[in-house]
Amino acid sequence: MADSSTTEQSMRDLMEQYYGRIAQLSVGLARGGRNIQIMEVCGTHTMAIARSGMRQRLPKNLRLVSGPGCPVCVTDQSYMDQAVWLADAKGFAPPIIATYGDMVRVPGRVGSLGEARARGAAIEVVYSADQAVELAQRTPGRQVVFLAVGFETTAPGTALAVMRAKAQGLDNFSCLVAHKLVLPAMRVLLSDPDLQLDAFLCPGHVSVILGYDAYAPIVEQYRRPCVVAGFDALQVAKGVVVILEQLAGGKLEATSVYPAVSAGGNAAARELLAEVFEVTDARWRAIGTIPGSGLSLRGDYAAFDAARRFSVPEMESYELPGCRCGDVICGRTLPEECKLFGRRCTPLDPVGPCMVSSEGACAAAYKYGGFRFGRASAGRGDKQP
Amino acid sequence: MCLAIPAQIEKMEDKTATVVLAGSRTNVSLALVPEAKLGDWVLVHAGYALTILDPQEARETYELLAQIEVDEEEVKRASTAWTQEEKKT
Repeated sequence: MADSSTTEQSMRDLMEQYYGRIAQLSVGLARGGRNIQIMEVCGTHTMAIARSGMRQRLPKNLRLVSGPGCPVCVTDQSYMDQAVWLADAKGFAPPIIATYGDMVRVPGRVGSLGEARARGAAIEVVYSADQAVELAQRTPGRQVVFLAVGFETTAPGTALAVMRAKAQGLDNFSCLVAHKLVLPAMRVLLSDPDLQLDAFLCPGHVSVILGYDAYAPIVEQYRRPCVVAGFDALQVAKGVVVILEQLAGGKLEATSVYPAVSAGGNAAARELLAEVFEVTDARWRAIGTIPGSGLSLRGDYAAFDAARRFSVPEMESYELPGCRCGDVICGRTLPEECKLFGRRCTPLDPVGPCMVSSEGACAAAYKYGGFRFGRASAGRGDKQP
Repeated sequence: MCLAIPAQIEKMEDKTATVVLAGSRTNVSLALVPEAKLGDWVLVHAGYALTILDPQEARETYELLAQIEVDEEEVKRASTAWTQEEKKT
């Protein structure tokens, strides 16, 4: 096997080849008067693009925009407020809130989960749904609520955890479910006349479950390429090349440059999801309710629904004052265009989820800069303090 | 939140496999890949295998992961263990 310096060199060479091909293809497309916008819907892509400085290397008429690919960022404020309501537990025995770390600092109407913890609430960070089940086993007599967020990659973990809790007859485990499905959101964004997206760079590990054929109806209906890419900059660049080849007159099709993704995806995983969940309407930050874009526990598993167990009240959706995360996750606004960015809103003291989450577009822009590139009106000065 | 890491199955017991992840032996659920066999490479996320990988591709992906900067939380989430059922005595 090649040593790491050779590998690094060959990776750099390959990246240069992709940049060359992208420049070449974009010129061809510019002649047709087309300003190309490619949206990625994957937090890992957001980070890979920012980290690699790719935007600085792309032609002026090609823009990579970050879409709703960060699970924490797309989670509606009403959900955050419900989570804090559960944590504060006024008038009932306080449950332990088991959550992925990124959720702890997202502000809500009465503060974040972190602030609830400072008030005395029990907030435990877990790395998997299964760890939340384990926590429930260790604390009999104390309710544990797992904050089940994420896309098709993480939802099977919740399904397995709930199945396990049911098999063991655990009566102190439940989930506040806000799992989201990627495809319905992509359709909504393609239907937005203000956005004018030319293609989607589709998420790698979501697509391991879905299979790239799942995007075929979108390609068919909207005549837009959908290309799955893996998690690193090389994969993203390769995906962009394939998208441009399709736009430049190639056959429009759903495909993948990530070998881990098959056409059919993981049918066993989808069966498991269908066993535990049913498809439901879901609220997305800034986008609103998208029909058939979420999951809720079904049948016997509904007993593990925290909203039902604790009679969690419906809460309102709203935008955080001054925060433009909603526009950022829809690709309408660049992180740097938000007045709060880098001033009132920083990773240390974030206002919105896109700065809280390690894979949010604002966190990526703050850490690596470079989002202004690819927008014709923007110059240099992307360096953040 | 969706990072997944390649790992090779070293041991199998029922629907649980032992793999090496982030330098330590970890058990992961094979519930989503019932066809997995001993020695197979799988792509692991948050305690379960998402899919079986071609061995060559898995090794390349593994090397790539070692070279790029990945968020620590992401790696922890991807490489977390599946908690095994407690053995009945």
